[in-house]
Amino acid sequence: MTDQPLSFQKMILTLHDYWSDHGCVILQPYDMEMGAGTFHPATTLRALGPDTWNAAFVQPCRRPTDGRYGENPNRLQHYYQYQVILKPSPPDLQELYLGSLAAIGVDMGLHDIRFVEDDWESPTLGAWGLGWEVWCDGMEVTQFTYFQQMGGYDMKPVAGELTYGLERLAMYIQNKDSVYDLAFNDAGVTYGDVFHTNEVEMSTWNFEVANTDALFDLFRKHVAECENSLNANLPIPAYEQAIKASHVFNLLQARGVISVAERQAYMGRVRDLAKGACGAWMEKNGWAA
Amino acid sequence: MRRVDGKERVGGVTDFLLELRSEEIPARMQDKAREDLARLFAAELGKAGLAAGDVTTYATPRRLALVARGLPAETEAVSEELKGPRTSAPPQALDGFLRKTGLSQDQLTDRDGIWYAVIERAGRATADVLADAIPAIVRAFPWPKSMRWGDASISTESLRWVRPLHGIVALFGTDIVDVEVAGVKSGATTLGHRFMHSGPITIGGAADYVEKLRAAHVIVDQDERRALIRARAEALAAEAGLELIPDEGLVAENAGLTEWPVPLLGRFDEAFLDVPPEVIQLTARVNQKYFVCRAADGKLANAFICTANIEASDGGAKIVEGNRKVLAARLSDAKFFYDTDLKVPLEEQAAKLEQIVFHEKLGTVADKVDRVAKLARWLVEQGIVKSSPERGGGPAKPVEGQPSSATPAAAPPPSADADGPPPLAGEDLATLADRAARLAKADLVTGMVGEFPELQGLMGGYYALAQGEDPRVAAAIRDHYKPVGQGDDVPTDPVTVAVSLADKLDTLVGFFGSDEKPTGSKDPFALRRAAIAVITTILRLNLRVRLSQLIEFATVLLAEQRSSAIDSKALNDAILAMEKLLGAKAAAKMRERLQDVESPTGFDLWFSYYASQHSLLDFFADRLKVQQREAGVRHDLIDAVFALGGEDDLVCLLARVHALQSFIGTDDGANLLAGYKRAANILKKEGYTAPATSRHPGLEPGSRSLSDAAESGAPDRVRGDGATDDAQKTLSYTPEKAEADLIAALDAAEPAAADAVRQEDFEGAMAALATLRAPIDAFFETVTVNDPDADKRAARLALLDRVRAAVHNVADFSKIEG
Repeated sequence: MTDQPLSFQKMILTLHDYWSDHGCVILQPYDMEMGAGTFHPATTLRALGPDTWNAAFVQPCRRPTDGRYGENPNRLQHYYQYQVILKPSPPDLQELYLGSLAAIGVDMGLHDIRFVEDDWESPTLGAWGLGWEVWCDGMEVTQFTYFQQMGGYDMKPVAGELTYGLERLAMYIQNKDSVYDLAFNDAGVTYGDVFHTNEVEMSTWNFEVANTDALFDLFRKHVAECENSLNANLPIPAYEQAIKASHVFNLLQARGVISVAERQAYMGRVRDLAKGACGAWMEKNGWAA
Repeated sequence: MRRVDGKERVGGVTDFLLELRSEEIPARMQDKAREDLARLFAAELGKAGLAAGDVTTYATPRRLALVARGLPAETEAVSEELKGPRTSAPPQALDGFLRKTGLSQDQLTDRDGIWYAVIERAGRATADVLADAIPAIVRAFPWPKSMRWGDASISTESLRWVRPLHGIVALFGTDIVDVEVAGVKSGATTLGHRFMHSGPITIGGAADYVEKLRAAHVIVDQDERRALIRARAEALAAEAGLELIPDEGLVAENAGLTEWPVPLLGRFDEAFLDVPPEVIQLTARVNQKYFVCRAADGKLANAFICTANIEASDGGAKIVEGNRKVLAARLSDAKFFYDTDLKVPLEEQAAKLEQIVFHEKLGTVADKVDRVAKLARWLVEQGIVKSSPERGGGPAKPVEGQPSSATPAAAPPPSADADGPPPLAGEDLATLADRAARLAKADLVTGMVGEFPELQGLMGGYYALAQGEDPRVAAAIRDHYKPVGQGDDVPTDPVTVAVSLADKLDTLVGFFGSDEKPTGSKDPFALRRAAIAVITTILRLNLRVRLSQLIEFATVLLAEQRSSAIDSKALNDAILAMEKLLGAKAAAKMRERLQDVESPTGFDLWFSYYASQHSLLDFFADRLKVQQREAGVRHDLIDAVFALGGEDDLVCLLARVHALQSFIGTDDGANLLAGYKRAANILKKEGYTAPATSRHPGLEPGSRSLSDAAESGAPDRVRGDGATDDAQKTLSYTPEKAEADLIAALDAAEPAAADAVRQEDFEGAMAALATLRAPIDAFFETVTVNDPDADKRAARLALLDRVRAAVHNVADFSKIEG
């Protein structure tokens, strides 16, 4: 590691440079709440079909149930993932990935990097893949996945997906015990300065305040709008409605108003929407399942 | 074939090396992959008539390798004779044979009117055989999960491998065996350690493979890596004045995650030692794959040993520091759960079980808990589970017996004193069993068990003790899942035994009644294990109870709880049906129980529960046979005793089986068996049916035999004492001597055997039967059963039936093999 570790934002900029140099489209975050970078249409929809697609982007992730009112040093209801999607998966994907770690200051002569089996599955997206969680000195810093299916469709060809946990990596690189102590930039602004109040307020709203009747209503409306879009043969708007429905479902979960038995039914509903959008996208592009 | 170094091959036999290099293979798959590689290799060579010979396999995270020593340069020429059609067969048959063999008619030989063809197969170069074998092995490889990747994956037909396959080293002697699989060409080069070596390395052949890789910081032999991890971890612990808690599973997993394993010892904050040691160990093992250590006082030490994959330039200081932080975060979570759980009384947690569905037909977990509590109480109140002073109460091994033998001895025993508390009066014991059962599942909703399901029971035990429960209640909560599988400790404390038995019986009765029986390899509710646990517990503790009685009461509890209002006409109709099926006694019992129940659906439940009892008893019989097989008990003898029906007190049943097994092993036993079989055969051949009066059903109608005794040819179940009837005593003719002797012997043996059985003196019963042997032998030697005189014939058949009945005092000998 270098003497002056990278700030949070510098780390992102470095990854952007690195993946830009390797031919990726550098995208901006999708302007919707989602639980993981994989939901970004640049991953989900673009992973489908035969076309080459290489992209990298930061995606804010919302996981209402993980909120801890800003009191837990590791858990947040809003955090960042760095996503890289490369289709078809290049033969040297592992080496490219290790190069990116070196670029942000991980010295592989000093640290223990391991690829530990971790198969990824997203029931909500009807997707799965094989790969690893990448460990750095025992800490999981990245999810490394070769997608095999998306929206229930076989990948033709397979895409490789890298999902870096940016806060974890930064805590590691900056040697900090709390996410809120991270240097956001090199001018003295911390992650806590930027996000602590946000965590407190959003946790309160997610767990205690959000109007559940309104949320149930929203869920129904997003479902209906997704179907409306599908009927109009508009897979992208349909997919956006699926993302929205998924987030509303997550909020309802955080409010504790969905019973165990209902949970499966709601997840099944979201999966049907996402699969429907993927199917429409395949069909509109003329790609065979 | 290409030469790597231009050297000539030497000797008549040659070694072969195959390395399949890929991205990281999951550790858990590596052992099986080595076996599969050896098996597929042998099969492919076998097809060409080659023996694989001396094969060694290796696996690391990045490679799967095989060395086969001493392969010949070529396969032997094979000459094979094929038999064709008769020479007289129609011409089409001959044409077909010629097509199949590729020969012409003048090449065939006519021998004894049949065409024969001799097929000559020339020897093949072994290298060519290998070139065919490698792609076949790769394509057929049975990875538990495999994937596609890269450009080729545009087709779903592209090669599947566990992770992307990057390289093939295939060297026969020093020659490269040319193959290409899914775009990967074979060669002599491979890669060393991912971080400690750069650039390709060239392998000369099987002989230098291991050492060339070692020079490139790869220990290719998994056993060597395991030994290294084991030894180094022990040494690190010893250097720190600690003792490593051995864990072979972790050794293997870490060896499967590293090519150059470097164990490192680190310390964690002592404050975490407040958390139960099992939790720390589990967190370290499952999440981080770390070993833990004991201090000199036997307690868990605040140390962990991680296994890095590199020799770091700073000696591993940064790696240890990083791992320490990760473990600290994990332990903080665990401590948070533990502290939070401790604040909530178990009763309060137990109330949440009402929200958790156990099974759609069996209600919530709270419903199950209620049944288990009543059943546990009943077991005590019936005196089935007793507070017996000689058992002393308290588990035989108070601390050990957590699933892993590696449990630190530091675990503060939540159990009762090892000395054993004084025996409890029945009422107290029943109260404790009830209490323990009602709290036993409460930990399922705690944060800790949510995070680590394998801690179920154990955490409940800790929490119960912390909230001041009786130590025997805490111990019962902790141990009530036991015994888990053969070889696990069997609970001995009566409180624990009551809860453990009740839990498993309710599960068995419930799932059998809901038609969720295990089928084939599918046993999603682990019912086989539950039945074995019940059997083991009953036998180990000598619990005297009939299985049917246990099942019956568990069924009543379940049915009462699950059924609701019934209309009385449906009820009556159904009870009549029940009476036909199971007999009057069972129906009467049901009528009594069902007085308040009125809905037809409720009744259906009852009916299915009752109807399932027999299949559950048969299931127990099968499990008993499996369980006793290891102890060398013959399954046919268990069948022979079960077939009598009514004997389902397992302790008594096994005593009888043991006595029977010894007896059958003696001369007397073997001869008596032969005599019995001869008698039974004659009776069967003559279609003999005993007069109604000589039958002794012996059983209440509702309790059928466990194994179905109603098979064709099987004698009736006769369990009477002295199957004599008046017709036999007053013969219309003077019996021959051997006949009279047999009658006399039966007159003596029958009551003696029956008495002995009543007193559970099965050796005595066997001895009584043994006295029949000589008279039976003599009878068959000198007396003609099938006498022209109808009276004599009838009397002699009746006598043979008596013999059969007498033997059935002890067991149904028709079930005995041999």
